Amino acid sequence: MKQFFIFVKKEFYHIFRDTWTMIILLLLPILLLVLFGYALSTEVRNTEVAVLDHSKDAATERIISLLDMSDYFDVIYFLDSPEEIHQIFSNESPGLVIVFSEDFYDNIVHTGEAAIQLLLDGTDPNTAVNISNYATTIIMGYQQELLEIFSAPFQIKITPRFLYNPEMRSSYNFVPGVMGMILMLVCAMMTSVSIAREKETGTMEILLVSPMKPLMIIFSKVVPYFFLSCINLVTILLLAVFLLDVPIVGSLVTLIVISLIYIFVSLALGLLISSVASTQIVALLISGMALMMPVMYLSGMMFPIENMPVFLQFVSNLIPATWYISAAKKIMIKGLGFSSIIRETIVLSIMAVVLISISFKKFKIRLE
Amino acid sequence: MSVVQTEQLTKKFGHFTAVDHISFEVGKGEIFGFLGANGAGKTTAMRMLCGLSKPTSGKGIVSGYDIHKDTEKIKRNIGYMSQKFSLYEDLTVRENIRLYAGIYGIKEKEIAPGTDLLLEELGFLKEKNTLVKSLPLGWKQKLSFSVAIFHNPGIVFLDEPTGGVDPSTRRQFWELIYKAADQGITVFVTTHYMDEAEYCNRVSIMVDGRIEALDSPANLRKNYECDSMDGVFHQLARKAKRQAD
Amino acid sequence: MLKYLIEKEFKQIFRNPFMKRMIILFPLMILLFLPLASNFEIKNINLVVVDNDHSSYSRQLIGKITSSGYFILTEVSPNYKRALKAVELDRADVLLEIPFAFEKNLVKEKKSDLMLSINAVNGTKGAFGSSYLSSIIRDFSSHVAMEWLSVSVSDQTPSFHIKTQFRFNPHMKYPVFMVPALMVMLMTIICGFLPALNIVGEKEKGTLEQMNVTPVKKFNFILSKLIPYWVSGFIVLTIGFLIARIVYKLIPAGNILTIYAFSSVFILGISGFGLVISNYGKTLQQAMFMIFFFIITFIFLSGLYTPVTSMPDWAQTISIFIPLKYMIEVLRMVYLKGSSFPDLISQFIALIGFALFFNGWAVFSYRKVN
Repeated sequence: MKQFFIFVKKEFYHIFRDTWTMIILLLLPILLLVLFGYALSTEVRNTEVAVLDHSKDAATERIISLLDMSDYFDVIYFLDSPEEIHQIFSNESPGLVIVFSEDFYDNIVHTGEAAIQLLLDGTDPNTAVNISNYATTIIMGYQQELLEIFSAPFQIKITPRFLYNPEMRSSYNFVPGVMGMILMLVCAMMTSVSIAREKETGTMEILLVSPMKPLMIIFSKVVPYFFLSCINLVTILLLAVFLLDVPIVGSLVTLIVISLIYIFVSLALGLLISSVASTQIVALLISGMALMMPVMYLSGMMFPIENMPVFLQFVSNLIPATWYISAAKKIMIKGLGFSSIIRETIVLSIMAVVLISISFKKFKIRLE
Repeated sequence: MSVVQTEQLTKKFGHFTAVDHISFEVGKGEIFGFLGANGAGKTTAMRMLCGLSKPTSGKGIVSGYDIHKDTEKIKRNIGYMSQKFSLYEDLTVRENIRLYAGIYGIKEKEIAPGTDLLLEELGFLKEKNTLVKSLPLGWKQKLSFSVAIFHNPGIVFLDEPTGGVDPSTRRQFWELIYKAADQGITVFVTTHYMDEAEYCNRVSIMVDGRIEALDSPANLRKNYECDSMDGVFHQLARKAKRQAD
Repeated sequence: MLKYLIEKEFKQIFRNPFMKRMIILFPLMILLFLPLASNFEIKNINLVVVDNDHSSYSRQLIGKITSSGYFILTEVSPNYKRALKAVELDRADVLLEIPFAFEKNLVKEKKSDLMLSINAVNGTKGAFGSSYLSSIIRDFSSHVAMEWLSVSVSDQTPSFHIKTQFRFNPHMKYPVFMVPALMVMLMTIICGFLPALNIVGEKEKGTLEQMNVTPVKKFNFILSKLIPYWVSGFIVLTIGFLIARIVYKLIPAGNILTIYAFSSVFILGISGFGLVISNYGKTLQQAMFMIFFFIITFIFLSGLYTPVTSMPDWAQTISIFIPLKYMIEVLRMVYLKGSSFPDLISQFIALIGFALFFNGWAVFSYRKVN
C-alpha cells in the first residue's frame, strides 16, 4: 500500500513540476468558461439595420424607433431606392434591410395591404433566423400597440412565465456544457497522454519491473488526474456562480455526486485511449480531436440535439457528456432533485463500469 | 598539422563555468579521447568544437575554421554522432544513409553504390530496407558511425558512442574507429569508459571543467604509477569538487 | 539538399498510419457529420397542454398550434403539476394552460387569458417558443373575431403583413455556413499545428540536434518540415470543395481560385504560428497543450460558430488578432456572395500581416546555436 502512495506521489511531482502544463490545466477551465459565458452567444446584438421607407409616416417612424431602441438593433443606414439594396449588402453588410411599402399607415387602417419586407443576409442562417425572429417580435409589438389603440375585440392576453432562467441568459445553457467538456478534457486527455508518454519514453517498462502490480501502476497514474479534476470542478463551479452568476439552484451534493461519476467515466475513457495509442501525439490527437469534437457538437452543449438527424442523435446518446450535461442542467438551473436524474445516473454508472472493465482488461493483456 | 586547436577555451553559464580555459591540439588521423566524469564538461567542450554552442571566451580552430565565426563551414567538414539516437527510427537503413549523404553534398549517382559498399563492409547489406527501429542497438551504433563518416569528413566527433552494449560489440565498434583513423579521419571521442581510453592515441582527462592530464595512455599510466587508466582517473578525480549529476 | 529533406518528410508521413488517417479520414468525418449537427434553428418545440376548459375553442386552439409545424404536442395533462413535471424532465419545452371558462369568457367578455410557462434554460429557444406561440394565438383571436363579427376584419383590426426573404442562401441551408468555416479550421490544424508537433517531436527525440550539426541551413530545414503539410492543406481544401459540392450541393458563387490564393497566404501565416510554438515548447506535452489552448481560442473567437458582431467588445478586439477570422470571412464571402479580390482587400492585408509577423517571430526565436 505504501508503494502505491509512493507512485502516486511521483505522478503528482510529474504534473506539478511541469509548470506549463499546470498553468494550462488550471487556466483552461477559466478560459473556456469566460469564452462561453461572455464571448459566445447565440443572441444577436447591435445588428446594423438599413431602412428603405417608401412612406415615412407615423407608423413607419414608430416601428423604426422601436427597433432602434432595442438592444438588438442599431438603425444606421437610410436608403433612397431599391437599387441601393444590393450595394449595401455587398459593402456594409447590415444584418437586416427593412422595406416599408407606400402609404403604410393608411393601408394598415383601411385596406390591410400594408407590407413590411425584411431582407436578411442568409450567409449565416442561424443569425439570420434569429434576427428575423427578433425583428418580427418587435414589429408585432407595434401591432399589439395598434390593437390596444383601436380596442379591437376578441383579444387573448398571453402571460408568459419564463421558468428557471427569467433573464434568458445564454450562459445558463452553455455553462453546464462547458463543465462537461472541461472535465472530459482534463481527465481523458491528460491521463491518456501521460500514460502514452511513459510508454514512449520507455519508463513504463521500468515501472513494470518494480514490485508493484501493473494495475496498481495504472491506477496510480489516474489518481492525480482525479484530484486535478476535482479542483477543476470546484473552480468551475465557483467561477460559474460568482463570475457568471449562474446559480446552483438544486442540491450541491447531488451535483457533486453526479460530477464524480462523470469524472470516473472520463478517466476510464482516458485509460482506454492510452491503451490503444502508441505515442503521445496519437493519444493527444485521439482525445483532443476524436473526443472533443463529438462532445462539442453532439452533446447538446452548443447545438440542440433534437435538430440533428436521427443517426447523429443516436451517436449523441453514446457520448457520456450528453448525459452529464443534461443532469447538470436539471440540478443547477432547474433546481430539481435526484429523482429527476435517475436515468442519467444509471447510464453514466453503467458507462463507468463498462469502460473501466474494458480498459483494465486491455491493459492486463498488454502488460502481460 | 593539427585538425583541432584550442587556446583558453571557456564556456560559462551564468556564474557556472562548465569549461575552464582548456588548451590542446589534435593531429590528423589521431584518435583523441576526451575522458571525464559526468558533469566534467566533456560534452560542452565538444559542442563548442562542433559549432553547436558559442564559447564565452578563448579561441578554437577546427579543420582550419574558426569556431566563433565559421560554424557553418565547420559543419560541412565534420561528422557527428550524438549521444541520443541520431538516426530516424521510422526510416530504413538505406533511407537514412541517403538523407545524410544528400545533406553533405554527395552526388546523387554516387549515393546508391556508396550505400551498398558501406553496408557490405559492415556486414548488414541485407538489412538495407529494414526500418532502423528494428535493428539491435549495436548495429544502430555502427550504422550511426558509418553515416557520420560517409561524406569523408576530416574529423568525426563521437559523443559517448558506445553506451548500453556488451564489451564485444564495443570492440567491434572500435575496430570501425581504427579503420576510419587509418584512412586519415581524425576521431574525437568522449567517453566515461576508462577501458576505452586504452584504445586512443592520446587521452585528455577533464575534471571540473579543466584538463588535468593530457598524454598517451601508456605515459599516463607510467606518470601516475597505475596499472590501468581507471587508476589514473581515480587519482585525478579525487581532486574533483563538482558532483557528477 | 532540400530535396533529400523533403523526401524524408514525405516518407515519414506516409509510413505513419495515424497521420494518413488524420489527413484523410478526419477531415471527411468533420465535413460530413458536423455540418449536420450544427444548427441553432428552433423547431420541434415540445408542447404540453393543460386544458381546463375542454371547449370547442380550446380544442381548436390546440389544433391550430399543433398544425403550425413548430410545435409537437407531447402530452395533454390533467393539471398544472403533472404538466410541470414534463417540463422538468425535458419532455416538454413549453406549457400552455387554458383556464376554465376560456371559451365563455372569450365570447361574453370578448377577451380571455392564457398562461404560458416556458423552459428558458435555453433562453433563445424559450424566447422563440413564446414568440411563435403568441403569433399563433393572435391569429386564432382574429379567426374568432371573424366568426362573430359580420363586418370584415380589416375594418376592426388594423394589420399588416411581414414578408421575409433571405439573401445569398435562399433555401436557408445550414451547412452553407459551417462547411467553409470548418475547412478553415482543418487547414489550421493540418498546416499550423501538425508541423509544430512534428518539430517538437524531433526535439524530444534528439534527431533535431543531429540535424543542427549538419550543413543544413535552418531555412531549408523548416521549409522541408512545412512543405508536406502545406501540400496536405491544399489536398484537404480540395476535398472540402468536393464534399461541399457533392454532399451539400454547395456551389461557390465566386471564383475558387481566389480561395486558393488566399489560402496560400493564410497557410503561410498559420504555419508561422506553429513554428513559433515549436520554438518555445520544450517537450511534446507542452507544445500540445499550448496548441490546444490556442485552437480553442481561435475557433471560438473567430466567428466559426457565433458571429463576431454579437460578442462583447473585448472579445471582438481579441478577434482582430485571430487569422482565422479573416480567412473564414473570405471563404464565406466568396462562396456565398461571390465576392472577388477587390472586395476582400482588407482581409488580404490582414493575412499578409499575419504571415510576416509570425514567420518573422519564428525565424527570430529559432536558435540553431545556443
